[in-house]
Amino acid sequence: MMTATRGRIDVRGVRLSFARPGIDPLPVLDGLDLSVAGGEIVTLIGPNGCGKSTLLRVIAGLIPADSGSVRLDDALIAGPDPRIGLVFQEPRLLPWRTVAANVGYPMELGGVPAPERAERVASALDRVGLRDAAHQLPGQLSGGMRQRAALARALVLEPDVLLLDEPFSALDAITRDRFNVELLKLWGRLRTTIVVVTHSIPEAIFLGDRVVVLSRRPGRVVADVTVPLAGPRTLEDLDAAAVTSAARAIRAHLDPEVEAA
Amino acid sequence: MRSTTLLTVAGGLGFLALWKAIVVIGGYPTFILPPPELVAARLVTGWTSGQIGPHAAATLVEVMLGFGVGAALGLIAGYALGRSSIVARVVSPYLVAAQATPILALAPVLALWFGPGLLGKVIIAALIVFFPVAVSAMVGIRSVDRGLLELGRSLRATRRQVLLTLEIPAALPSIFGGLRIGITLAVVGAIVGEWAGAERGLGVLVNIARGSLFDIPLMFATLVTIAGFGVTLYLVVVLFERRLVGVR
Repeated sequence: MMTATRGRIDVRGVRLSFARPGIDPLPVLDGLDLSVAGGEIVTLIGPNGCGKSTLLRVIAGLIPADSGSVRLDDALIAGPDPRIGLVFQEPRLLPWRTVAANVGYPMELGGVPAPERAERVASALDRVGLRDAAHQLPGQLSGGMRQRAALARALVLEPDVLLLDEPFSALDAITRDRFNVELLKLWGRLRTTIVVVTHSIPEAIFLGDRVVVLSRRPGRVVADVTVPLAGPRTLEDLDAAAVTSAARAIRAHLDPEVEAA
Repeated sequence: MRSTTLLTVAGGLGFLALWKAIVVIGGYPTFILPPPELVAARLVTGWTSGQIGPHAAATLVEVMLGFGVGAALGLIAGYALGRSSIVARVVSPYLVAAQATPILALAPVLALWFGPGLLGKVIIAALIVFFPVAVSAMVGIRSVDRGLLELGRSLRATRRQVLLTLEIPAALPSIFGGLRIGITLAVVGAIVGEWAGAERGLGVLVNIARGSLFDIPLMFATLVTIAGFGVTLYLVVVLFERRLVGVR
């Protein structure tokens, strides 16, 4: 499908439990395997608290696994990695910095000289359509614009992998649809590997080449559904019969009491 | 903005009018309550004759040094308290105990140890400034959004970068709350220190005016000077706050 070679993720046998004072550790991930090809979009879906976000943090190198391994293009991930861009559920912008200064923040930490920084910030802001908001403070922006700024910040180091943790969940449904369309457009140009955590089945199908369904805690992969949509997607594709059957397959693997969004 | 400034001025004039009214209606003699215009006149002559100046300068130096030392130590301690729950648990009881001991009771001891010079006053002012600044810095450091700290970690920020780009900016509004309280307390600390024994300072001048000179208008003029110091220094802190914290 794609020829992109960089950004291949291999998660092998990842086990993780959270220590709890006084009681047994809480198992969160139970020998989880996941492979994502370079340039592929995989969506992670599963019941609340199944460890989707935790898995994303393990891949990002923010939480070390108890056992098992995460590799990015055959190199072990042992900590936060500049080849991986992360977008959290909340924008997490520094409220005292302008949008431009927020987007430039990763480069500032990495010691990129100011002139180069300014140039790359400008192009990252262009990419997400925030050029005019460059000098505004996050508090002056709408929730959607803030999340765009967070996306620009994640893209500014030109990562091979973009990890998104329910990135648009705080936005209203219409804005969210528009953002998903924009995200796919962006991906069409950048062709980075993207892993998105979501709790919405339509969103998972719309964005994903594959939808990976996790079990209840401790999380394992219970289904890996390839989405039968080819070419550039539009929201109308969600009405296709093939999508309906994919959605049915996903729903069948989610716990019965979990409501389909 | 304009209308609030007007209200502030109106409030001040109202205070003066009330003061004058009490003097007139109560018929108080000058050695109990001098009228405002007499105090104002004495304030002017006190400054022009060089009677207040040297004392004011001594107090100002004590206040500035005491505030500087107390605030700096308070910030460092507050950071340690905010970052480490172990430090907080071990040290907090002693800090609170030290703070609960009235500075008025402590001042004679410090005067005994450090003599009537500058050092004792600076220590007293620093002591009284320390606590509110330490607590506000602790609260500020603890208030740093955990999400931002995780963001910093994901971007491989060093300890120093976390401090400079996340913790300090996030803690600044709270820290300035402590500094505002601290600067007014620094004035109190210096005056208290002077009362416990000094050769010079506005606290000394209050005593001289009341005692050997029996110049009650001068005593009030000195009080006005002290209050003026407090307000001016407070405004300086607010000005810094506006520059550093700005609008968020």
